[in-house]
Amino acid sequence: MTLNDLEQIKAKELAARKKIVLRCCMAAGCMSSDAKGVKEQLEKAVADAGLQEEVEVRGVGCMKLCCEGPLVAAEPAGTLFAKVTAANAPEIIAALRGCQTTLAQADPRAPFFTRQLAIVLANCGVIDPERIEAYIAADGYQALYEAIVEKEPKDVLDAIVRSGLRGRGGAGFPTGLKWGTVAKSPGAKKYVICNADEGDPGAFMDRSVLESDPHAVLEGMAIAAYAVGADQGFIYVRAEYPLAIARLQTAIRQAKAAGLLGSGIFESPINFNIDIRIGAGAFVCGEETALMASVEGKRGTPRPRPPFPAERGLWDCPTLINNVETFANVAPILRRGADWFAGIGTEKSKGTKVFALAGKIQNTGLIEVPMGTPLRAIVEDMGGGAPDGGKIKAVQTGGPSGGCIPAQHLDTPVDYESLTTLGSIMGSGGMIVMDDTTRMVDVARFFMEFCMDESCGKCIPCRAGTVQMHHLLEKILARQATRRDLARLEELCDMVRHTSLCGLGQTAPNPVLSTLRFFRREYEELLQPDPHEAHGTVPPMPMTRAAHVR
Amino acid sequence: MALLTAPSKSRTVARFAEQAARDKRFKILEAHIKKFQHRHDALIEILHKAQELFGYLDNDVLRYTAWQLKLPASRVYGVATFYHFFTLKPKGEHNCVVCLGTACYVRGANRVLAAVEERTGVKAGATTPDNKVSLVTARCIGACGIAPAVVYDGTVTPRQTPESAVAQLNQWMQP
Repeated sequence: MTLNDLEQIKAKELAARKKIVLRCCMAAGCMSSDAKGVKEQLEKAVADAGLQEEVEVRGVGCMKLCCEGPLVAAEPAGTLFAKVTAANAPEIIAALRGCQTTLAQADPRAPFFTRQLAIVLANCGVIDPERIEAYIAADGYQALYEAIVEKEPKDVLDAIVRSGLRGRGGAGFPTGLKWGTVAKSPGAKKYVICNADEGDPGAFMDRSVLESDPHAVLEGMAIAAYAVGADQGFIYVRAEYPLAIARLQTAIRQAKAAGLLGSGIFESPINFNIDIRIGAGAFVCGEETALMASVEGKRGTPRPRPPFPAERGLWDCPTLINNVETFANVAPILRRGADWFAGIGTEKSKGTKVFALAGKIQNTGLIEVPMGTPLRAIVEDMGGGAPDGGKIKAVQTGGPSGGCIPAQHLDTPVDYESLTTLGSIMGSGGMIVMDDTTRMVDVARFFMEFCMDESCGKCIPCRAGTVQMHHLLEKILARQATRRDLARLEELCDMVRHTSLCGLGQTAPNPVLSTLRFFRREYEELLQPDPHEAHGTVPPMPMTRAAHVR
Repeated sequence: MALLTAPSKSRTVARFAEQAARDKRFKILEAHIKKFQHRHDALIEILHKAQELFGYLDNDVLRYTAWQLKLPASRVYGVATFYHFFTLKPKGEHNCVVCLGTACYVRGANRVLAAVEERTGVKAGATTPDNKVSLVTARCIGACGIAPAVVYDGTVTPRQTPESAVAQLNQWMQP
């Protein structure tokens, strides 16, 4: 493969493009509503109408507005048919010919679509994820060519540093810094791992990216491998995402066949192989040291850091671990320049963030917005507010490691620092909207149950602490707890947070702490009077953090 | 535990040879293990394949895998029990997975689960006594846009209600 070959594939692909394109969403959400049947019937209807020369029926990835699926978009007319069934196919073809139609349509000019800025999702819902030619036609693999053939690894590193990209997995560690550490670490063998173990309940961004544009992730990984000097990569993906796994396998096979992965990429001496590792349903494997243990075929338990994976990771070799969305940002940054990327977003949070908008909201689906967009713009303008006239009460970000942001703080801009100040985190991008029917103590209990089940059991604060906290939350919900139990809960939160081994335990108390911070009354309303207090025999309160830490 | 006591080497080989001769699924598993060149880091991939072939991982399968990979049986058992995806008990004829991810939860997945538990008479994680239906919960299947979602025999079904879930179970559980 040479640049010339890339250009030829692109030219051929563009020349073969037909006048009208019907894009059918073939991501997991719409597939569960018979999107496959819709596509087949559309193909049949096109053939019946004898329009094969003019109309292309293209299966694409996620078209973002999941609640209205299956979606079919007609180009260039710009119509977006919603909730399509296989029986609607002939009517859609008739509509293409200008006939009036009564089919349900979504408005592509609605704020849900117009307020988005697609970098990671640029190809999502546009190209066929199962054809490498489609990705190449969208300028795919050009950044890899430029990196490998025209640039030194340090130039690539420099571009990522200047772009200000930060890890999209949740913690927001500067990506350039991480790459630099791996590049500097001595060692003949290095690894690149893509963390696609999207375990946060309520998050489906990584699934959508893998299903809709797998080559973008592969290209990002290959560029990263070149920059840090690795020749082997792994994608660790959840077993719950069979479609994403299948599309990744297809993409890797195609890229290898085209000489874009494997040995001698672009006829250079650079080699890079990618293997898929399928997870087996353990949330803790999203933690990088646990993930590496799992890639090695062991129980997914974390280990203390340092040494950080960048120095000693997989099989004790320097290892770069980034999230799916982080890798998907890499090729656009190199293609369009670090300065372009650094010009988007806020001072400390650059670029865009993909969110999975779900819960009690009108428009559920996938959105990508510039960093710094106010939460209100996301949930009210784009999301359309709570359904059935309900009132938004809180927005949950960061899954079981995050917190609930109450309605009065909806004007907060979405960036790493602002969300942390409010006791939540950016997280990987799950955004669950809760309305006034949601009980916050119940939400806290739900997340604590999750952490309790998912605790790997290696360290005691997390293993025993989550069980005790869950027990106390159950007790509060059963209206059997007293003021002392609440104090005990807060004390436990503090202890688990400061003494757990890995991120799972350290962040497990966050949902409790953030609901206590903003919705304390809901807890207190459930409390019972303390019998000791009534009798005037108050035993000492549990120790607070000040007394036993430092 | 029976799994951890190792029979003498020659007896083990004879036993596994006999097992493989009786059940050709062991042959398929062996071919798969060869594909991974008996590498220890492929253990999880191999257990995935074994579960796909056998439906669940019983002691024979775990011991066979350990023997093939030259790993201690305790290591294989440890991995198989660590991950939720692997099951050491046989599954029912039909499989019902209720997603309890946050999005599904705030949209009433707990009510769907309660209805399903009542209809089947078993709790999540169990199989009905007649072996018809296995009931499982999931931590998020990533179908949050169409919550609450239930997976019936591998088919993700959107926007479930207690009524629609029970209707599906009724189809399965008819005598």
